[in-house]
Amino acid sequence: MKKPGRSIVLHAVLVAGALLTLAPLLWMVSASLMPSGDANSFPPRLLPRIVTFEHYRDLFTRLDLMRYFINSLVISVSATAISLLINSMAGYAFAKLRFGGRERVFRVLLAAIVIPAQVGMLPLFLLLRAMGLVNTMMGVVVPFMAGVFGIFMIRQYALSIPEDLLDAARVDGAGETRIFWTIVVPVLKPILVTLAVFTFLSAWNDFMWPLIVLSDDAKYTLPVALASLSGEHVQDTELMMAGSVLTILPVVILFIALQRAYIRGVMMGSVKG
Amino acid sequence: MKGSSERRQHLAGWLFVSPALVLIAVYFFVPVIAGLLLSFTDFDIYAIGRPDSARLVGLGNYAQVLSDPVFWKALGNTFVFVVAGGPLSVIVSLVAALLVSSKLTRFPGLWRSIYFMPVVTTLVAVAIVWRYLLHPQYGLIDWALTRMGLPAIDWLGDPHWAIPAIILLTVWKNFGYNMLIFIAGLQSIPEELYEAAELDGAGGWSRFVEITLPSLAPTFLFVGVMTMLGQFQVFAEPYVMTQGGPLKATTTVVMLMYEQGFRWWRMGLAAALAFVLFVIMLIGTTIQMWLQRERRS
Repeated sequence: MKKPGRSIVLHAVLVAGALLTLAPLLWMVSASLMPSGDANSFPPRLLPRIVTFEHYRDLFTRLDLMRYFINSLVISVSATAISLLINSMAGYAFAKLRFGGRERVFRVLLAAIVIPAQVGMLPLFLLLRAMGLVNTMMGVVVPFMAGVFGIFMIRQYALSIPEDLLDAARVDGAGETRIFWTIVVPVLKPILVTLAVFTFLSAWNDFMWPLIVLSDDAKYTLPVALASLSGEHVQDTELMMAGSVLTILPVVILFIALQRAYIRGVMMGSVKG
Repeated sequence: MKGSSERRQHLAGWLFVSPALVLIAVYFFVPVIAGLLLSFTDFDIYAIGRPDSARLVGLGNYAQVLSDPVFWKALGNTFVFVVAGGPLSVIVSLVAALLVSSKLTRFPGLWRSIYFMPVVTTLVAVAIVWRYLLHPQYGLIDWALTRMGLPAIDWLGDPHWAIPAIILLTVWKNFGYNMLIFIAGLQSIPEELYEAAELDGAGGWSRFVEITLPSLAPTFLFVGVMTMLGQFQVFAEPYVMTQGGPLKATTTVVMLMYEQGFRWWRMGLAAALAFVLFVIMLIGTTIQMWLQRERRS
């Protein structure tokens, strides 16, 4: 009789933990649907008295949230596309193409992981300014275009590509570029999905870099716009919650749809600390 | 034939890695070195228009950083995030991983996904949500506290409670990530170890202390270092929730760097701040690795 009792306690704890974990997100959704002022009442209201979508309408009409949404989307999609191409080529080459200096270059790249991004941020800003990329979407995308973590992830996966597969294609006279596109990319597909989810989420959620690069309100990404709105609309709890829902919703949907790929990436990152 | 294939691979290899190398060099390595140089100059708002007006000041910026009481306040706050937030986050992650990985647990995938959800959310958005949750009058958290007979806390308005409040947010936001890594670590412990211990009559707790914890040592090192590095770089949470206040109680080193560099355009000084933080992070990483090695020997 000991086992069922323990199982019930265990599941009670799991449910309690899940409720605590989801509570902030559920309250955010609930408050975003309340009429103005209702979220600031005592005792706090858990569910809306009347469901209203006025704050969402407000965000799209008066506050032009669609523009920020599109900015974020353009930045995250381009960051993802560019980084997939560049990191997969490099990761594959580090795993499978024999070239002089390969191991040494790879070690230098790995060593760079310990340097925090902030150390290079100030000169990078000055550099982008000299190139005319400050206050442009391109400037926000730049740090995402190639990354040691992405290269490492692709390399680990590409190591398992059988050498015979590549050699057979070489004997048939295929060039390295064609081998990459016709043989390697299809094999790498699962890890490419993983890297895509990772890059998209980190570009979408990033705050500090777009805050630094973008000075023109019309070019803000969603998180930057949200932070700036929250300064002006501190009292409008329901409106801010609606804005938070719209910022979080795309990434949560993406995570739920592709969670297997994402979780694989987290686990891989830990394999070789 | 063989020789030409090797030459082709050599060429293709460099061709394939060069876009990544050029980008990482231009956008990372060069700025890092330039940042070091920048930290020895008085580069400021005038120098942005005319870079040649910046002058070398030697270690002047470092001296200024180290003599600034606000820096020590920010460093102290950052250490609180590291020393209190880091271990708390690791413990919560481990408990969650143990719960999800228990053999009795049904639908482990479901719990794992729920607990992981906060990790993917946008930090700025959830920081705004938490600002309202922590509201002393209307917030759910104080409402729950008073229902349990505890006093309400002015979380973000009281200098003593502002950092604990932000730590609560960071733990909630991040524990799912380390939980996944602990789950992977738990899965790699051979089942036979537990079976042998059970035959020896070891109870649940002693199996945990004698098998689970030692087997997770490498996982602890990875999780510990990553969590520490993350806590050293706290920025968006105080930026959105408290603007570093009240009374600078939540100003972190990265926030100070942002303000000096990008609000007041004292870029030489900000670069020195960035390098001081970098050195402290390196020392922290080294200490953790050293502690692990000591424990193993």
